[in-house]
Amino acid sequence: MEAVNEQKNVARGIDIESMHRGPKVNFADETICLETKDFNLFYGDKQALHNISMQIPKNRVTAFIGPSGCGKSTLLRCFNRMNDLIDTVKMQGDLLLDGDEINAPSVNVADLRRRVGMVFQKPNPFPKSIYENVAYGLRLQGVNDRSTLDKVVESSLKGAALWDEVKDRLHESAMGMSGGQQQRLVIARAIAIEPEVLLLDEPASALDPLSTLKIEELIYELKEKYTIVIVTHNMQQAARVSDYTAFMYMGELIEFGATDELFTNPAKKQTEDYITGRYG
Amino acid sequence: MKTWFQSGSPWVWLNAGAVSISLVMVVGLLLLIAVRGLSHFWPADIAEMSYQEPGQEAEILIGEKVDHEQVSAARLARSGIELPEGQDFAQRTLMKVGNRDYYGLDFRWIYDPWIQNVTYPEGIMAIERREWGHFYGYLVSVKEQGNVVAQGEGAWDAFQSRLDRSNELYSQIKNLEKNEIGKINHGLEELRLDERRLELDNVTEGSLPYQEIEEERQQFNDRYAKLRKELDGLYQALNRDQIMVRMADGREVEIPMAKIVQAYKPNGMGVTDKMGQYFVHVWEFVSGEPREANTEGGIFPAIFGTVLMVLIMSVMVTPFGVIAAVYLKEYAKQGPVVRLIRIAVNNLAGVPSIVYGVFGLGFFVYFVGGSIDEVFFQAKLPAPTFGSPGLLWASLTLAILTVPVVIVATEEGLSRIPRAIREGSLALGATKAETLWRTVLPMAAPAMMTGLILAVARAAGEVAPLMMVGVVKLAPALAVDNIAPYLHLDRQFMHLGFHIYDVGFQSPNVEAARPLVYATAFLLVLIIIVLNLAAIGIRNRLRETYKATES
Repeated sequence: MEAVNEQKNVARGIDIESMHRGPKVNFADETICLETKDFNLFYGDKQALHNISMQIPKNRVTAFIGPSGCGKSTLLRCFNRMNDLIDTVKMQGDLLLDGDEINAPSVNVADLRRRVGMVFQKPNPFPKSIYENVAYGLRLQGVNDRSTLDKVVESSLKGAALWDEVKDRLHESAMGMSGGQQQRLVIARAIAIEPEVLLLDEPASALDPLSTLKIEELIYELKEKYTIVIVTHNMQQAARVSDYTAFMYMGELIEFGATDELFTNPAKKQTEDYITGRYG
Repeated sequence: MKTWFQSGSPWVWLNAGAVSISLVMVVGLLLLIAVRGLSHFWPADIAEMSYQEPGQEAEILIGEKVDHEQVSAARLARSGIELPEGQDFAQRTLMKVGNRDYYGLDFRWIYDPWIQNVTYPEGIMAIERREWGHFYGYLVSVKEQGNVVAQGEGAWDAFQSRLDRSNELYSQIKNLEKNEIGKINHGLEELRLDERRLELDNVTEGSLPYQEIEEERQQFNDRYAKLRKELDGLYQALNRDQIMVRMADGREVEIPMAKIVQAYKPNGMGVTDKMGQYFVHVWEFVSGEPREANTEGGIFPAIFGTVLMVLIMSVMVTPFGVIAAVYLKEYAKQGPVVRLIRIAVNNLAGVPSIVYGVFGLGFFVYFVGGSIDEVFFQAKLPAPTFGSPGLLWASLTLAILTVPVVIVATEEGLSRIPRAIREGSLALGATKAETLWRTVLPMAAPAMMTGLILAVARAAGEVAPLMMVGVVKLAPALAVDNIAPYLHLDRQFMHLGFHIYDVGFQSPNVEAARPLVYATAFLLVLIIIVLNLAAIGIRNRLRETYKATES
């Protein structure tokens, strides 16, 4: 019992006072970017998400935490319809981006994904040059003008805090970069097309601590321009980078709130158990 | 012993043994065909000997020793030769005596005990002729218009310089006949077709188009007459010189210079000279056209046909196989139907190739080709254009034969592309097609190349189906020439594999053909290796570019 208490204190102690760098946020003042209403998702017969209702504010970092298999990645992937790739997925309920239904038949998926960028757990650069990786999204949109591309590549790489490291080898293969560099390249690739929302699916879980730190700093800077939703297993990371946190368990949204609030004073017993390390 | 078994060494030995046996077999095969084939071009010494069979008069023989063997008395008795009592075996030698036009046969078995006085006089020369094969004998004199211009010492040099001249003239004539007159014939044929088309369109005879055609025909005929004159001049010049030669039996005969390809005196040659002559022979074999029912000369048309057919097949099979594989893997709803298709595709690879030949003949040649002829080549009928076996149909048949290989390899490659890469592309707003086109297909390119390599290896070695859909023993013209449209897909062609069969089993001159079979087989293997190496080189470069697949 004592050990648990100590862990709890450590968790809470690290969380907020020493680490959370965001300003105090007040949910009532926020503009809502993404919204789910009574959202259910099934893989075949198996229900993976149960009645999720939440509002994700604009230009804030929202973290999804929860044990493995709780549905947080599944929910994240709904926001840019990555689940379309899986045949057996069925969805119910509303999923809104700026008030518009994401799953509406009139929505062009490619356009939606241009507005809602995504970065995956494992760095997945294309086997092309660094330059071409960043220019990929623009080329898809038919932008082939050299000077425009140059400009966007530079600003995106700068935005992803990678420019100084790679500016001399832009035309070398991206496969020769370190894991951390690759992940920042993937972020640069995502922001090159200027999305409104960035979905980060455990972006630092495959990286070493130093690279993780760089990614976290980057997330902090990026929220000025983008709405960021991040899935993470690492509660310290959630505490450090996010303004709002959603705790999910067994496909249900247990608790959603301002990060400092949720970590210091969780309303639900399950949340408290999880962040103090009692399970998960 | 038990520990030895448990240590696993027997297993290692077994594996290593299997690998070594395979290696030995492959190397042995290559060595056998290489040695048998390549030694044929070596300018062997020519022996002169006296040979006397019991009860017959002694005769002088000149020729190359080709083979040597031991035969049993029983076998000899059956061919009417009696050995002395008590002798069970006799040694005999196969001599290439040449001069087929005078002796009837240019190979002869002779029995060692009856050979005497073998010498290798430097004066003996071997002459390669355009007809009747080799000639062995002594040069007596060189003649111009029937008058002796050189004999004795100076005769050889005069012969060589005049031979160069006649070969030069010969190639000029061939060039004129093939290119210039070929063009005229082609033009006349076109005019005939134009006329036929007018007839089919019911244009009245004698009207303007007919007159135009007639005018053009006149022009062609004039040009032909001019060329004919030029040719006649060249022929006259070519037929100016002759040589007198003495055969082994002392007869002196005349050989027109025009009939000689080359001549050399191997007995007087050092190793370097022989090497030089060797490469001349090899080059002639690789670059020349066949003569004498394919038993002499070169096999260039066959090499050309093989390579061209494989290239055309590759151009057709790769896109087709890749597109099919992409559909099966990426677009088709995975289910029983797709599984059935996949099984069918895999089984297609096991269908005997002759069946494809039958299919190619029935479907491509008669049905597709016949329909094309009816629609586009009406004027030429009843002579078929695409309605007869040809390069296009042969390539298509082989493409069908090899398409399963490409499909399977490409599908394999596609399934190896990490899901993360596809999702990365989709997440940037790419559609499925864009993702395929820009990322997945380039990354799967090495796998496609693997499929192509397997396809080429299989196609280049196929003979049976080709015999039905376009390969012939002697094609009058290459499929590529200087007459538009330059690549003639409707033409029949020669193929190394079929050439081996033809020379080996259909040849009137078995002994002369045997080394050529080996040489051609060696060349075929060599060409397949070169084609494969080229494809492997491309694949390795692609792999280098798209390394991610390997991780």
